[in-house]
Amino acid sequence: MGKTLTEKILGAKAGAAAPGDVVVADLDLVFLQDTTGPLVVRQFRESGFTSVAKPDRAVLFFDHAAPSPNRQLSNDHVLLRQFAQETGSVAYRVGDGVCHQLVAENFASPGDIIVGSDSHTVTAGALGAFATGMGSSDIAVALALGKTWFRVPEAFLVNLEGDFPRGVSAKDLVLYLIGKLGADGATYKALEFTGSGLANVTMSQRLTIANMAVEAGAKVGLFPSDEVTREFLVSRGRGEKYQQISPDPDAHYERVISVNLGQLEPMVAFPHTVDNVYPVTAARGIKVQQVFLGTCTNGRLEDLAVASDILKGRQVYADTRLLVAPASREVLAQAMDMGYIQTLLGAGALILPPGCAACLGLHQGVLGDGEACLSTANRNFKGRMGNPEGLIFLASPATAASSAITGELTDPREMT
Amino acid sequence: MSVELKGKAIKLGDAISTDLIIPGRFAHLRSNLPELAKHALEDALPDFTARVMPGDFLVAGKNFGLGSSREHAPLVLKMSGIGVILAQSVARIFFRNAINQGIPVVLCDTGKIEDGDALNLDLAGGVVHNLTRGDDLPCSKLPPLMHAIFQEGGLIPYIQKYKEFVVEA
Ligand code: SF4
Repeated sequence: MGKTLTEKILGAKAGAAAPGDVVVADLDLVFLQDTTGPLVVRQFRESGFTSVAKPDRAVLFFDHAAPSPNRQLSNDHVLLRQFAQETGSVAYRVGDGVCHQLVAENFASPGDIIVGSDSHTVTAGALGAFATGMGSSDIAVALALGKTWFRVPEAFLVNLEGDFPRGVSAKDLVLYLIGKLGADGATYKALEFTGSGLANVTMSQRLTIANMAVEAGAKVGLFPSDEVTREFLVSRGRGEKYQQISPDPDAHYERVISVNLGQLEPMVAFPHTVDNVYPVTAARGIKVQQVFLGTCTNGRLEDLAVASDILKGRQVYADTRLLVAPASREVLAQAMDMGYIQTLLGAGALILPPGCAACLGLHQGVLGDGEACLSTANRNFKGRMGNPEGLIFLASPATAASSAITGELTDPREMT
Repeated sequence: MSVELKGKAIKLGDAISTDLIIPGRFAHLRSNLPELAKHALEDALPDFTARVMPGDFLVAGKNFGLGSSREHAPLVLKMSGIGVILAQSVARIFFRNAINQGIPVVLCDTGKIEDGDALNLDLAGGVVHNLTRGDDLPCSKLPPLMHAIFQEGGLIPYIQKYKEFVVEA
């Protein structure tokens, strides 16, 4: 029988791999971030390890507290920088951007196996990398050994056809899928994407989709490689890393889901779970005090372009604040070159440093009691944005920009 | 390590995220674990740290531990005294993290357990005994590698002993 993409990638690195097998595989990249990283360092030291297996493939990111808002997190940053120096690992700087964006820009390639101490490590699946998040102990051991164990997951196939209608994007697709599957509908499974519609899904949009695979419980969200992948790698100066990988036509999938992109509409996840999804038409009129455009889900150049297009010549509603955090330094620089930042600033937006910003509630945009935020992030759990009395709605950059103008949840198809 | 565990049930609902177990707003306490642990489950069950006793069972519904990869989530539960986690289903990363911290995570029909019930887990036998109600609930067993990691008390002691992952062919 043919193999899924998951079986192929794990099989190539760890010998034959069938669903349910436990395999030990060599890792192409092990990374950590600044809120889970300090525990990684402590577990690493407690284990008695003193060196990392592949220092040039061991990377530390400073993104969740960027820059640090208090002494304790600043001291955590000191600890992480010391660790990078001691072990010769690669350390990015505060302000370089969100770990998953930087992994996509600089590291992930088709066929890679990547683990990171962050659940959205799945983002790199957009590039055909088997990438998944783990906790601090696992990452400590992965750094030291250069390998880790995996249970080979069964896979679901998501078959995409057609093209997105105006005002609809990858975020709407992935919210729709999570609504359909449920927040635990793909637990322990690989979500693999395929279909004639893939050619219409840009790399930026694939990153959005793969990023949120974990919100359905999946271990990975994997795309095959194609021209879109090749062009992205070439544009990043990594063209030689391209390899064509795809599942066998007769591979076995536990479940097949078909989506016609042309029939999708803008979607919104209501508080407090990501699978609490409705069309934006059912959310019209809900007031929002904060709109947050950014994160590893939707803080890329394309996302800022969409928002800037909508906000051009318009103003953010007086009682609403629009926070914009570009996903990386490069995204910010390009958005300035393109004039998007100037447009957003002129419309009344606040531009935050590249990083996680308001996403996880430790700084930069904590909600007040009873306040509602429309965010382009991936999670709306109670307490996520720093206050259990806050409400978080999730939607696309187009819906976010449109809602920033009106101060209430707004269908972007009415704004263009 | 003993595989028979006893304790009282502390019940929770479905979809308890890692943001509810230990919110991001306490990220500055992650290098001060005793302080961090004081906030365990604060937004879901405000009296949790006051009532939890060593060995208690956390008894959750569906998709327990969804969300972030923060291993601080099982860690603060362990520090609070939780000895066992029972749930109808558990998110993948949390499951692995809990075992890595030496806390058994077992799937069973938690709908048959009420808050305060006296429970006894026979991990090797795959049964949860509800002593209060006289029920025997079949439960999941750990796959061999995870069982070995759990038996050593977690991933760090495991790796100190074996130096690598030992997987049967
Ligand atoms: S942007 Fe949000 S979801 Fe992404 S890594 Fe940062 S905190 Fe996590």
